[in-house]
Amino acid sequence: MSSFGTYFGLFLGMALINNFVLTKFLGLCPFFGVSKKLKSAFSMGIAVTFVMLIASLATWPIFYQILEPRDLDYMKIVVFILIIASLVQIVEMSIKRTNVTLYNALGIYLPLITTNCAVLGVALLNIQESYNLMESIVGALGAGVGFTLVLCIMSGIRERLEECDIPKPFRGMPIAFMVATMLGMAFLGFTGMV
Amino acid sequence: MSGIAENFKNGVLVSNPVFVLLLGLCPTLAVSTSIDNAIGMTGAVLFVLLLSNIIVSIIRKWIPESVRIPVFIVIIATFVTIVDLILKAYFPPLSKSLGIFVPLIVVNCIILGRAEAFASKNTILDSAADAFGIATGFLLAIFIISFIREVLGSGKLAFFGLFELSIPGLSTHPLSIFILPMGAFMVIGLLLALFRHTGVVRNE
Repeated sequence: MSSFGTYFGLFLGMALINNFVLTKFLGLCPFFGVSKKLKSAFSMGIAVTFVMLIASLATWPIFYQILEPRDLDYMKIVVFILIIASLVQIVEMSIKRTNVTLYNALGIYLPLITTNCAVLGVALLNIQESYNLMESIVGALGAGVGFTLVLCIMSGIRERLEECDIPKPFRGMPIAFMVATMLGMAFLGFTGMV
Repeated sequence: MSGIAENFKNGVLVSNPVFVLLLGLCPTLAVSTSIDNAIGMTGAVLFVLLLSNIIVSIIRKWIPESVRIPVFIVIIATFVTIVDLILKAYFPPLSKSLGIFVPLIVVNCIILGRAEAFASKNTILDSAADAFGIATGFLLAIFIISFIREVLGSGKLAFFGLFELSIPGLSTHPLSIFILPMGAFMVIGLLLALFRHTGVVRNE
């Protein structure tokens, strides 16, 4: 298989087959919390994808260049979470300075992303699966795109559900979980594609 | 004493982290495939929650307001590293099946939430009681979910290899959807609806 094929397979695998939200249970808080409006869901998805990318770009070299040669790999949890927290802070400040429109669209979601398990999850999975730098980046991109996709589908469905007559005990969160169940079943259809 | 008991009860029922506050959903749903995993995860969460609550409560007067969140995160991350290493060393099969969700306790909203909302304002004893209460609430939720998923999804009931019970009929034809990821969404969705219908726990 050509190297492009490998990367494309990895991308599709992370985005659709092993979707972070529906099969790995990562990033559920924003999935249920920010999926009421399509517009905010899309912004959140883009912000998460972006942070996942830069987090993978930053944590991979730090793990292999600094931690591993010094036998400090047990420190990775502490180091990774600090890197992600400071990266998010830097991104927030630089967007605020350079692009006000973008900041207004994404700004409020950025602080939430620090404690989003999908971002730390991507950084830790890159190490666990011993991906090289390129695979880490492609994997992170795939995970982010998959997250954005599912978040947008979910919010589209929930916008429609607003006008539906839902049985009283199911209103709000329970119906959101049932929608997630159906989505999970639908995404099962991608199994074995790559 | 009543204050401590009150804090404990509050954690289990009134602000049950999973069913009422809907916090910490990722680990709850991901590791609830079997009761063993559920109990192992609760042990890890209790360890981190208890010690981080105690430490935060001890040093709460010296933490500057503006950097408190990073301080909490470093404290929590330290205990998560410890529990991760302990599990790897003494319970390798459990560590393997919990996988990435042990390091991810760091970003579990329950723990940071309790450090911020409770331990940074209360005494050591109250914070410890709060940790036990919240962990018991977490155990209750994850135990119910994993019980349903294990019984229906694999047709048997096992407890750390101490005993194993096959359920006639279900063990030959298990409803494997409950073991699959979306089974978790379905179980928690139905449970929440049931709780709301019967009025056991209140959430918006």
